[in-house]
Amino acid sequence: MKLTKTLLVGTALSALPTFALAQDAAPSFDEIGPYIMTTLLFLVAGFLVFFMAAGFAMLEAGLVRSKNVAMQLTKNIALFGIASIAYWAIGFNLMYPGDAWSVAGWLGPFFAVTTLEPVGLAAADASLDYASVASDFFFQLMFVAATASIVSGALAERIKLWPFLAFCAILTGVLYPISGSWQWGGGWLSELGFSDFAGSTVVHSVGGWAALAGAIVLGPRLGKYKDGRTVPMPGSNLALATLGMFILWLGWFGFNGGSQLAAGTVGDITDIGRIFANTNMAAAAGAVTALIATQLMYKKADLTMVLNGALAGLVSITAEPLAPSLLGSLLTGAVGGVIVVVTVPLLDKFKIDDVVGAIPVHLFAGIWGTLAVGFYTGNFGAQITGILAYGVFTFVASLVIWFIFKAVWGIRVSEEAEINGLDMSELGMEAYPEFSKG
Amino acid sequence: MKLIIATIKPFKLEEVREALTTIGVRGMMVSEIKGFGSQSGHTEIYRGAEYAVNFVPKVKLEIVVLASMADQVVSTIADTAKTDKIGDGKIFVLDVESALRVRTGETNDDAL
Repeated sequence: MKLTKTLLVGTALSALPTFALAQDAAPSFDEIGPYIMTTLLFLVAGFLVFFMAAGFAMLEAGLVRSKNVAMQLTKNIALFGIASIAYWAIGFNLMYPGDAWSVAGWLGPFFAVTTLEPVGLAAADASLDYASVASDFFFQLMFVAATASIVSGALAERIKLWPFLAFCAILTGVLYPISGSWQWGGGWLSELGFSDFAGSTVVHSVGGWAALAGAIVLGPRLGKYKDGRTVPMPGSNLALATLGMFILWLGWFGFNGGSQLAAGTVGDITDIGRIFANTNMAAAAGAVTALIATQLMYKKADLTMVLNGALAGLVSITAEPLAPSLLGSLLTGAVGGVIVVVTVPLLDKFKIDDVVGAIPVHLFAGIWGTLAVGFYTGNFGAQITGILAYGVFTFVASLVIWFIFKAVWGIRVSEEAEINGLDMSELGMEAYPEFSKG
Repeated sequence: MKLIIATIKPFKLEEVREALTTIGVRGMMVSEIKGFGSQSGHTEIYRGAEYAVNFVPKVKLEIVVLASMADQVVSTIADTAKTDKIGDGKIFVLDVESALRVRTGETNDDAL
């Protein structure tokens, strides 16, 4: 300990002349201020988006039956860990290639592991026009985890743990980064004029497409569709589901606000305020619309639909949370709320069993939100091209992976395991051991 | 001795218990049950899908009393549990062959 101290002092002393020199050339606060503010934005927004993982976990835990809750929670923590590692090992640089494209505009470099700045970076060595790589990586990483969470909700209560996690590794390490690079990495879609501010398509629809492919290959839960009727399987805990929705709502301020990607000017920080207000408005409108729609259609308001409605409002505004007025955000979010109420029963008609409503919320509302950007950019062609490109790539690639997994591995638990619940059959533990089985 | 089996609405339990102890009933067995009668359930909607609630939650009381008291117990339960709405429940009266208090070995009327 003492030796280390002496060494440190020695190093500091010998470094003194350098410090003096550096101070002579030290950049003014005007020069480093934006870098510091934007880095801070990424860190704060990153915490908020991180918390969305808790939101997804609680939403899904509440909407599955009690015999599958522990498994759903296991999937949520596991996928977050896997996404973090996959995005470090492959994803981040594949998504943001800079000048290192493998195929210009289409495919970034493979296996380029993410590295951080050295400890105690000097201002002269920082990319002062943006933010620290570490903060950027940290922020972007949280988005990819959200994509994987979308898949886990749709496929709940019947998919095997390990094939699901293997899919998450491919989704977060490869699929999402490749398609993400087309837009956010400066690839061909961004050249085309496609616009997706915080990821209605890049993040949410991608998760939705992967979930849709999975739900089709996996099939519905046992007994979900009987004699042409849909059999409801009520969630185990609507208090948890509601908490999860509010956590997601909170996290979304970071999701959209952080996507301003700059906080160092009056214009940027004001825009972030605008984004927060618009994001909140869209969520509110989605919730109110779903509330009214279920009351009118079913004579009783349906809480689970109101939760989905708020989330659909959030997904809808994510493609353009900056340009709209508050009224524009209200309208965008309200349409999202209607989409959920209409498309949840529609999926059931096609016998596609989406346990938590992830496909209506993230895919259908995501498509709507991305289309609606055309009202502000005037370029509907680019929006439609983008929606189709992400749809075709993610859906087809996911379909192929799910089919291969199904053929060589098996992705579904046995009938007996499904009846007994995944908690006991796959994990050997229950979320609520002191209560009766759902 | 008579065994009185009554099914009532769960929220009426406390009121019925009070009324029965007032007229001198000194014990009862209570269980939470589900069932259907002429009400035969109702339908609800969850996430756009209609489903039938075939079994409605009820509370079942089982009370053994002296034969002389049975009528009064039945009418007390009926008066207290009545809401005039569908699903108020039913009351049955059965003969009891014997009774025994475990601690003292007392039998029949003495055991009540």
